[in-house]
Amino acid sequence: MPLTQRKKGAEADKAASDKAASSEEKIVQDGSEDEDRKKKESPAGKKKKKERGGEKGKWSCLDSCCWFVGCVCTVWWLLLFLYNAMPSSFPQYVTEAITGPLPDPPGVKLKKEGLTAKHPVVFVPGIVTGGLELWEGHECAEGLFRKRLWGGTFGEAYKRPLCWVEHMSLDNETGLDPPGIRLRPVTGLVAADYFMPGYFVWAVLIANLARIGYEEKTMYMAAYDWRLSFQNTEVRDQTLSRIKSHIEMMVATNGGKKAVVIPHSMGVLYFLHFMKWVEAPAPMGGGGGPDWCSKHIKAIMNIGGPFLGVPKAVSGLFSAEAKDIAVARAIAPGFLGNDIFRVQTLQRVMKMSRTWDSTMSMIPKGGETIWGGLDWSPEEGYLPSKRRQIMNDSQVSSESGTNSSSSRARVNYGRIISFGKDAAESPSSEIEMIDFRDAVKGRNLANTTCRDVWTEYHDMGIEGIRAVAEHRVYTAETVLDLLQFVAPKMMARGSAHFSYGIADDLDDPKYEHYKYWSNPLETKLPSASDIEIFSMYGVGIPTERAYIYKMSPSAECFIPFQIDTSFEGEDEDSCLKDGVFTVEGDETVPVLSAGFMCAKGWRGKTRFNPSGIRTYVREYDHAPPANLLEGRGTQSGSHVDVMGNFALIEDIIRVAAGATGEDLGGDQVYSDIFKWSEKINLAL
Amino acid sequence: MGSVLRLRKLCYVEPVKFQSFESIKNAEKQQQQQQQQEERTVSEVENAVQKNGRDDDEDTKKKKEGKKKMKEWRCIDSCCWVIGCLCTVWWLLVFLYYSLPAALPGFQPPESPGARLGREGVRALHPVVLVPGISTGGLELWEGKPCTEGLFRKRLWGGSFTEILKRPLCWLEHLSLDNETGLDPPGIRVRAVPGLVAADYFAPGYFVWAVLIQNLAKIGYEEKNMHMAAYDWRLSFQNTETRDQALSRLKSTIELMYLTNGRKKVVVVPHSMGVLYFLHFLKWVELPPPMGGGGGPGWCATHIKAIMNIGPPFLGVPKAVSNILSSEAKDVAVIRSMDPGVLDSEILGLQTLEHAMRVARTWDSIISLVPKGGETIWGDLDWSPEEGHGCSLAKRRTLQSSGNNKNSNHTNGKRTFSAMKDLAKYGRIISFGKEASYIPSSQLPSVDLKELLLGKPSTISNSTCQEVWTEYNELSRESIRDVADNKVYTSQTLLDLLRFVAPKMMKRAEAHFSHGIADDLNDPKYNHYKYWSNPLEMRLPGAPDMEIYCLYGVGIPTERSYVYKMSPTGKCKSIPFRIDSTAEGYEDSCLKGGVYFVDGDESVPVLSSGFMCARGWRGKTRFNPSGATTYVREYQHRPPASLLEGRGSASGAHVDIMGNVAFIEDVLRVAAGATGEEIGGDRIYSDIMRMSERINIQL
Repeated sequence: MPLTQRKKGAEADKAASDKAASSEEKIVQDGSEDEDRKKKESPAGKKKKKERGGEKGKWSCLDSCCWFVGCVCTVWWLLLFLYNAMPSSFPQYVTEAITGPLPDPPGVKLKKEGLTAKHPVVFVPGIVTGGLELWEGHECAEGLFRKRLWGGTFGEAYKRPLCWVEHMSLDNETGLDPPGIRLRPVTGLVAADYFMPGYFVWAVLIANLARIGYEEKTMYMAAYDWRLSFQNTEVRDQTLSRIKSHIEMMVATNGGKKAVVIPHSMGVLYFLHFMKWVEAPAPMGGGGGPDWCSKHIKAIMNIGGPFLGVPKAVSGLFSAEAKDIAVARAIAPGFLGNDIFRVQTLQRVMKMSRTWDSTMSMIPKGGETIWGGLDWSPEEGYLPSKRRQIMNDSQVSSESGTNSSSSRARVNYGRIISFGKDAAESPSSEIEMIDFRDAVKGRNLANTTCRDVWTEYHDMGIEGIRAVAEHRVYTAETVLDLLQFVAPKMMARGSAHFSYGIADDLDDPKYEHYKYWSNPLETKLPSASDIEIFSMYGVGIPTERAYIYKMSPSAECFIPFQIDTSFEGEDEDSCLKDGVFTVEGDETVPVLSAGFMCAKGWRGKTRFNPSGIRTYVREYDHAPPANLLEGRGTQSGSHVDVMGNFALIEDIIRVAAGATGEDLGGDQVYSDIFKWSEKINLAL
Repeated sequence: MGSVLRLRKLCYVEPVKFQSFESIKNAEKQQQQQQQQEERTVSEVENAVQKNGRDDDEDTKKKKEGKKKMKEWRCIDSCCWVIGCLCTVWWLLVFLYYSLPAALPGFQPPESPGARLGREGVRALHPVVLVPGISTGGLELWEGKPCTEGLFRKRLWGGSFTEILKRPLCWLEHLSLDNETGLDPPGIRVRAVPGLVAADYFAPGYFVWAVLIQNLAKIGYEEKNMHMAAYDWRLSFQNTETRDQALSRLKSTIELMYLTNGRKKVVVVPHSMGVLYFLHFLKWVELPPPMGGGGGPGWCATHIKAIMNIGPPFLGVPKAVSNILSSEAKDVAVIRSMDPGVLDSEILGLQTLEHAMRVARTWDSIISLVPKGGETIWGDLDWSPEEGHGCSLAKRRTLQSSGNNKNSNHTNGKRTFSAMKDLAKYGRIISFGKEASYIPSSQLPSVDLKELLLGKPSTISNSTCQEVWTEYNELSRESIRDVADNKVYTSQTLLDLLRFVAPKMMKRAEAHFSHGIADDLNDPKYNHYKYWSNPLEMRLPGAPDMEIYCLYGVGIPTERSYVYKMSPTGKCKSIPFRIDSTAEGYEDSCLKGGVYFVDGDESVPVLSSGFMCARGWRGKTRFNPSGATTYVREYQHRPPASLLEGRGSASGAHVDIMGNVAFIEDVLRVAAGATGEEIGGDRIYSDIMRMSERINIQL
């Protein structure tokens, strides 16, 4: 190449000198002569050049790819650099420029008011929000020692899904570790501050508490393995003992100031269990003595507590179809919803989640007394659009009021599971229920191709499945029988640890067994009249309450039942959507479950609350985030996002800094919880 | 592709200046070329081609303009291209790396001691408590000045240290403590990271406890029977209790683990400064409140099975002195551990070292590492327990093991050994000038130390120096010269020196630490917490069944005493003293770069780590009235054979020893229930027994 260039250069020089002559033709001729000469001289050279050109051509695609990648990388790095060099308050400026000045976070605001850290704070995380890390695993999990399998990025769930499912599952017989696998909860505040990067759970609350002076010595995350039944966390990890010891230590090192406990979701039940455990004598209990709670606890601020269970748990166990609370759907709903993968994925998820005893703690408790019978339910007459209409003009509301009177007759929330829409809606006298309990389960359906994905449905024959469907309608009471029927092993394990009834006589010595401790209807609160119990939850979001099921198109490896998503309510405001009846709640827990105990069951001196512990209901009306910049909102009422609700955080901080429930303003109610509670006929 | 070809062609005619000519010629050339190319093609096409050629006339003009632009861009283009290539190759490699099977068929990594012992049936038995040392524990921010926005609960110390580079001054400000109280400055709360994550890795990829934790996990340990007693290592030991109740928490955790693990006693594994911290804890826990933890006199006997001290600086480390004096110590001390390159460079050096010194001087804990026991232990002007130590000894051993010409080395070693004998006077921990470090004491200038050091230093106030405050700024040039004129400091006079140059720091810290030897341990003054971390001024608790191990590496030259000089410039920014790195001994001498070396683990000399177990506590002594058994376990240093080994599985270095296979095996066996006798009693490579014998201390 340099050769040709030089030649050209010489040629150009020549041309330059010739220019003086300014005879264009001649130049052209010269040029052509030159060309001729060159042609004669080096035809071979030309060929070479062409070949080289061809080579260039071949490479140019790769070249330009590289070039492109290089460009993208460089730009990316540049942006990254700029982003990092940007002052960290910049996003806030932008947000404020668009939406106007943001309110101070509650921590800052209350610090200005002069509040400082006083009582030590204990967080009790709920189901699925706590991280789990690997301590011992099979070969496929090599290199994952002390890495999070649950929480964090879930990278492993995608990289080696089967391995992941295997390690997340518990032993099907014992409900404890399978041999050779040890998966343990992450400890410390990091256990549940963020569920995934960027998806806060406790982080906002922690940050606000830190503003008024809290730090690790006065804040404690009572992390536990949420897959285990509550008593098993003590058996395997001594978690309850650790919580007891830690609370004692915090109270002692903070000048005897009692702890404020903040459980969330299933943590509410876990802490109920703890309170009974800690006062019960060893070996079953913690041996703290009858006044442990009154000595160490100032207030229990339950956030979104599923005291009486959640209907979602039923559908989760029945067909692995619950929404966010139940299990793996939380990770990638799109992926699971996809029909192609669905068969295997849902089966695996079901298999995995059925080994987790803790999910059974959230099966609706209290049976038909609480959740309603075939023709009755405490929530009947609820209009999902009612509160929205209050804000509209009155004419519209009166119109739809008449409309709703017809729907009032239809919605039977008591029927938690019904097969077919007519079963959900027709009066009970018209439904022909065929008892399934004695039905022959029939031939074992499982054929060898499904063997690797075990669910108990394979032990059921087609007759059993049909029998289940022919019973048509299940209430909170018969749902238990249903689960017993379809998943006998799981329920056998679960019923050793949980109970779902209502106690007739709380003094019966059988209630000293730990299986009753997490059911508020079968335990007494500890005798500690100074404790305050808050029930704090979001309202204003439709929440799953009852389901319409159908049988799956027959295929032996399928889960035989699924929610019939083809059923829709008649008008836009109906409670029925995609085969699910919804009521008021925080998207996961219906108001009834979250509020009843504090609104009625424990209000004043009742048999469940013999020492008259004061209770408060604090509801937070849901307002969706105004724009994308707000993230998950500062006024959200949904089950997890409520932890970022400024009003709720403010309440917590005030109590932690020493305020009582009266100081906060007592009850704060938006829903009909008191009306509904009155309808429940329960001896108190 | 065509355009690329044409572009290339254009590039060949770059130097041409005359457009008209060039374009015509070009056009023709093109025409001809095309003709040539298509000679064999049908003539119908020819017309069209000619037309094209004419059109190209204008095209080329346009292209020429484009070409100029292209020329400008070419460099950037090729940059992009190179970056693109690199990225692609990198990703490919990463992808391949990830898709590799975990264990290559040909390459079998050595089995970890945990897995091996697990197979032998060794199972978790006693709960284990890990106590990290100085600077290895992470610190995170809980409350800060506006400059730290967005760093809430992010690590300021440990992890990737990105904040130092991003906002160095802010970072330094937040890591400093209050100069008066030794506690948090107002408006700043930096707290220790709790849990095993506190010190498993110091920086990504640089393990501290991680290997040990992993091996313990292999025999069944998990978080319920393994606890990391993280504390804020910047504070004095008693202040960790005052501010964070760290000692109470440790007590409560040990009690809990003892109870929940079937009343199995705890095995404590402290490392480095953690050893002193745990000594402090032993005294604290048994003494009554308010100063102590109120555990009662039997607490240790009930709860502790063994204390396995790793690289224990029981009697302090000389490094701490040089660190305080001129912030020049190596890895144990503080900031240099991160990027020595930056600190060593002269341009940045002055300011950086000043800043580092200012920050480090607010940390009381460093004072706990100043040599204890004075001249009795560390030697005086003419005597030291280590005298006669041959520095080539250690080197020779390692060379032998790697099989390098033994003969020449052997003779070499012998020669220098005898030469060294009368040279190294280790007792002179700091000497000004190389000469002062070896001339007989009679020739030393006799300046009255007491008068000099106890006199009030004359101060100067120079307003230009205010921004980087170190106490040197308050010292006048004359007092500095006086200090240097005294020539030689032993470990006893050293304390006076420190008091002289850093009065505030020493005043603060000496309320928390003491460095003497007790004459009468029954004196009630020894119930004060300042004596608890000095093994020569405290009694071990009454726990005859408790075992105490001293586990440390040997075979690495370790700093023992320094040759100092005055800094050349009198500018206020510079620290007035520095190690005279030009002072070199003979080839194999113990003097290198202004520092005399002895045997040790690179940070702690053998004397400091081994003496208490080898003699001070051996049998029933006044320091160990109940006769708790002690064991000395040394691990001969062997550098990693290849790069693949990383930091080596037989290292004896202060931190790397935590990855030493023999060491891990010892810890695992003891945790699984073995006694010191069962793992083989003493295991000694160094001269520690002989050295200890030379020390004249009443036991």
